[in-house]
Amino acid sequence: MKAFELKRRSHGVKEQLIHICLMSAAAVSILTTFGVLFSILFEAIEFFQMRSFWYFITGTEWSPGVDNSKFGALPIFAGTFMITFIAMAVALPIGLGSAIFLSEYASPFWRDKLKPLLEILAGIPTVVYGFFAAITVAPAIVSFFDSLGIQASFNSALASGIVMGIMIIPVISSLSDDVIRAVPDSQRKASLGLGMTEGETIFNIVLPSALPGIISASILGLSKALGETMIVVMAAGLRPNMTWNPLEDMTTVTVRIVDALVGDNEFNSPDTLSAFALGLVLFAVTLVLNVISLSLIRKFKEKYKVNSL
Amino acid sequence: MKTTQHENPFYDPTLNKRHLKAKLFKLFTLSSIVFAISFLVFFLGDMVYKGLPAFQQSYIQIEVQYNEKSLASTRQAIDRKYRRVVSRAWLRDIPKRVKQQPELMNTKQLTWVLLNHQVDQYLKGHYYKVKAKNLKLIQAMQAEGKVEQQFNEIFFTHGDSKIPENSGFKSAIVGSILTLIVMMVVAFPLGVMTAVYLEEFAADNTWTRLIEVNINNLAAIPSILFGLLGLAVFITLFGMPRSSPLVGGLTLALMTLPIIIVSSRAALRSVPDSIRQAGYGLGLTKIQVVQDHVLPLAFPGIMTGSIIGLAHAMGETAPLIIIGMIAFIPDTPTSIFEAATVMPAQLFTWAGMPERAYVERTAAGIMLLISVLITLNAFAIYLRKKFEVKW
Repeated sequence: MKAFELKRRSHGVKEQLIHICLMSAAAVSILTTFGVLFSILFEAIEFFQMRSFWYFITGTEWSPGVDNSKFGALPIFAGTFMITFIAMAVALPIGLGSAIFLSEYASPFWRDKLKPLLEILAGIPTVVYGFFAAITVAPAIVSFFDSLGIQASFNSALASGIVMGIMIIPVISSLSDDVIRAVPDSQRKASLGLGMTEGETIFNIVLPSALPGIISASILGLSKALGETMIVVMAAGLRPNMTWNPLEDMTTVTVRIVDALVGDNEFNSPDTLSAFALGLVLFAVTLVLNVISLSLIRKFKEKYKVNSL
Repeated sequence: MKTTQHENPFYDPTLNKRHLKAKLFKLFTLSSIVFAISFLVFFLGDMVYKGLPAFQQSYIQIEVQYNEKSLASTRQAIDRKYRRVVSRAWLRDIPKRVKQQPELMNTKQLTWVLLNHQVDQYLKGHYYKVKAKNLKLIQAMQAEGKVEQQFNEIFFTHGDSKIPENSGFKSAIVGSILTLIVMMVVAFPLGVMTAVYLEEFAADNTWTRLIEVNINNLAAIPSILFGLLGLAVFITLFGMPRSSPLVGGLTLALMTLPIIIVSSRAALRSVPDSIRQAGYGLGLTKIQVVQDHVLPLAFPGIMTGSIIGLAHAMGETAPLIIIGMIAFIPDTPTSIFEAATVMPAQLFTWAGMPERAYVERTAAGIMLLISVLITLNAFAIYLRKKFEVKW
């Protein structure tokens, strides 16, 4: 009996130990988030001690590497916005269209065949997309506009935007597909029973019900586009350029981060630290977008009581 | 006909238009998925078309002289007229070859010699400036059957090189393997333990919800920011060696953690409660139930998620560029502390090279990388299908 008690006690200690182990493992994920935040924040603060914060968000001249270097990030934000906008213009209709086809029209047979194919698109490394954009899409765009008599840059925002859009398609379609399928069938049947056509049912009943989820998917795609690096590093320009013309070369936040850190600059120079200031902006924007996206999808889940999303 | 329609009280004069609209809408959704799939096909086709030639390399059959003179100045080993067409790298390696096979010394051998990349690209049908004199020579040799395309072994046995025909993928492959080993060693236990904690042990309180929200956010942080973390914490703060698989693996581990956690949690959740209750009923402790009953049942699902995370990490480039894994690495790394490069980073470096021969090598590397990724993902799906238990 005593031996049994002892064993029980040792079990208790062991259980406690394992419990603590598991808890500390879970704490690592929190540590990582704070690690990312603080490693960026501290360096960014150091940067803003050297250069004005106000000029950083409103200035229009970005000239690192020279004696009187200026860090006005507005042209960089403009380029990021332009390329992201093009990407969303490509990804939103195609991603949503694919999701609607897969969830509403496709037979189970085709669905099983097509969905993995779309997921291959999501599994292609971004460096590969970048290579494709630089070597195949950009020259094609240049020669196409050349034949119209318009001059386009080999580093045009259009080329990287289109390829980035294709990269985002599976992000939008996969989540939208799940959301649309989660809309209760009773809604469709009621609508069809009242004499609506299939298209009207989808457009007027199913899509509005799924809207929070669809918006959530789009925001997720948007945040992916903002943070995408390799495509723009390989296919977009380096020159900060504020323009409305997507055929010119434009640069993005991520390109400037890579450019600032890959060179042989001193770590504590404003040139290098500017990367962290840009990183901070990127972190803040994607975090806000993600929080909005998550809260929307949570609302959808609560409304239709689905747990699988 | 018209009269009968009007007698129908439900007759809708816009019906045809409405059906047309519905049809058009269906057509739009169909065409968008057709576009996405056809892009995939075009893209893969383009890569294969561009990359396939890289698996062949041009060689020329000429006499090579092995003696003291040619060892001292390797250019002397071959006839003067061939010096402009054969690879510098091949000549450079002559002393190494003699060392391996001493019987070659003081002999004359008819050997297949690697051609340089200009001639190689020309023979593969790309425009390349080759001098008319050399061109004539090559064409004459070709007519005699002394120029041919052989399997490109160099691509699999050499590291990177500034001489295009001598560059290979091997050091990048080894670098990737080392980096991914570090990543899995760190991320797999941490991810599974976090998932077990959240699913089996954690009480539903603020702390737990904080971790959950946090994991979701972690998954959405752009990968390049993990590079900033790696640079600021692992390299600058902890002083770990720059460009090493150690730092790369740790950075990727933190990035992959959310994927492994989320899929492991789903796998644990799919184990029915009756299993746990049966365990408790027999007097097992919580740890025993989780360790001996829940985890083994959830294991296939956990593996599936981890393999998908692995594939994800294998293709990641941006954070690794930030921590310097795009260095020029001609030699294969042997430990996780040495400078190394990984497959996607090598592709990035090659894609930035001006020579045409690198384009073909990049595409070939892409073919290799994508086939590995698709195999991994297919294996993950197979695992899930095979071990899926229907309760």
